[in-house]
Amino acid sequence: MSSRTPLLEARQITVSIGAKTFCRNLDLTLRAGERLAILGRNGAGKSTLLSVLAGLRAPQAGTVLINGASYATLGARKSALIRGWLPQVRGDAFASTVLETAMVGRHPHLDRWGWETDKDAKIVREALAAVDLASFEQRDIQTLSGGERQRLAIATLLAQAPQLFLLDEPIAHLDMKHQIAMVELFAGAARDCGAGVAMVLHEPALAWRFCDRVVLIHGDGHTETGPAREMLSIERLSALYQYPLNAIECDGRISFIPS
Amino acid sequence: MPTRRRALLILAALAGLALLSIALALMVGSVNIPFNDVLASLFGSESGMSGDVVRSLRLPRALAGFACGGLLALAGALLQVLLRNPLADPYVLGISGGAGVGALLAILFGFGLVGINGSAFVGALAAMLVVFGLAHGDGSWTQTRLLLTGVIVAAGCGAAVALMLSIAPDNKLRGMLFWLMGDLSQSNDPRLVLGILTAVLLVSLPFSRELNLLTRGADMAQTLGVHVTRLRRGVYLVASLATAAAVTQAGSIGFIGLIVPHLVRLAVGNDQRLLLPASVLAGGSLLVIADTLARSIVAPQQLPVGVLTALIGVPVFLFLLTRDAQTRR
Repeated sequence: MSSRTPLLEARQITVSIGAKTFCRNLDLTLRAGERLAILGRNGAGKSTLLSVLAGLRAPQAGTVLINGASYATLGARKSALIRGWLPQVRGDAFASTVLETAMVGRHPHLDRWGWETDKDAKIVREALAAVDLASFEQRDIQTLSGGERQRLAIATLLAQAPQLFLLDEPIAHLDMKHQIAMVELFAGAARDCGAGVAMVLHEPALAWRFCDRVVLIHGDGHTETGPAREMLSIERLSALYQYPLNAIECDGRISFIPS
Repeated sequence: MPTRRRALLILAALAGLALLSIALALMVGSVNIPFNDVLASLFGSESGMSGDVVRSLRLPRALAGFACGGLLALAGALLQVLLRNPLADPYVLGISGGAGVGALLAILFGFGLVGINGSAFVGALAAMLVVFGLAHGDGSWTQTRLLLTGVIVAAGCGAAVALMLSIAPDNKLRGMLFWLMGDLSQSNDPRLVLGILTAVLLVSLPFSRELNLLTRGADMAQTLGVHVTRLRRGVYLVASLATAAAVTQAGSIGFIGLIVPHLVRLAVGNDQRLLLPASVLAGGSLLVIADTLARSIVAPQQLPVGVLTALIGVPVFLFLLTRDAQTRR
């Protein structure tokens, strides 16, 4: 695989559900080391776009390629070695321990008859430690709080160790400390390990601080893509959220507040 | 998460339990036969009455019971994964309802055993196709839709069964009721169900880690490398055939398919690599023990085995459930 092949490439994709079109003829590329934020109002189609990029639903038009190949050509298993997806909603139908739950991330790395090895256990324990859940190994997931469950989902994704991270609201339910820690974790994976990260966010300040590029989804099929600092202007964000915003600068960082 | 070694140990213990239950079934009954005589009639050339009883009555019945219990437990475990619902059982999708309608129609028209079995199997397959066709109608295939379709088809079959029971002549009513409650007394050739049990288990086992992922949700499984649509269809097909085979052989025996996977899950966890074979062994043993009791408690009278499985299963289940709730606190 040449290093020039983007990790993720969407060519002229159109995404719609029923009569509602979320984006039309969108072109998007994400290369190793890049961080992309997807912003928009509730129901604008951020998660739907992300699930199209993750190969969970087909676009109405256009193609999605990961490492230069389509999901159909790669098959589910090879795709799982390349892209990981953090879902927004999780329902746990059965009781299970934290360790077992994070261990499912190792599935694509094991062959059909394989059992998890000590090496897999080590990777999973490191992932749990990375999200501050090291002492939770034997806890039943049904007793976890919302934020702990969210971090466990992130640990599962880390155990999967994909090159491309597609994150649907990675900081939902998290406290301040863990919000920054988790976004930093993924930004670090991009910076240091050459991962590609695309995340749906509701906090433009985090996109400003941690992402190179931003996609704004207006919900009517109109989208804008560009460098973070350019896209995250007060005018653009006020138009995006259909609410007037102000920006405050502090220590070289920016925060957006509703006026 | 069990290690491979621990899983094998648990399975070996359960296999021991299965052998014990079958030995018990061979010894106990209206005539009690000592263990040595049982061994002699199985492996030697014991030709007395006890040899006949063991070889041509008790052994086929015990093996058929084991196979049916195993099939029901396996189908229950698979459907609980497919529907992501720990309360699913092999009958929730209307398969036993369809088999019931088929069997009762055959009894009503005075068919023989082969006719009744054939008709029950056709009924089960018809219900399976109807549920699959309706649930699959618009291409989307959600658990809720499948579950609701199954429940409605089962309710429809239940009404048809009630109708047939109410118009049936008295002399056929008892046979019909026994069929509905589950009855192993007609089992004279267990080879077919045993073969189906082996086939179904061998087909399911290679996919058990993928089934683990399916319990985490379809999208999650898909992004972790499972071809979800294909796996779900396969699970549906395999679980339905397993149920149809068991119901055809033994009538609709309740509780095994719901309670055994649940019990095993409480005891050994929810790793399908262990859960599926362990459910087969535990389900088979439970049904063999229940059937032995059913034909010996009030011998020479026989009770419907479904009543026994319920009487054993319900209290054990409730006990484990309260214990589980306490340990988790």
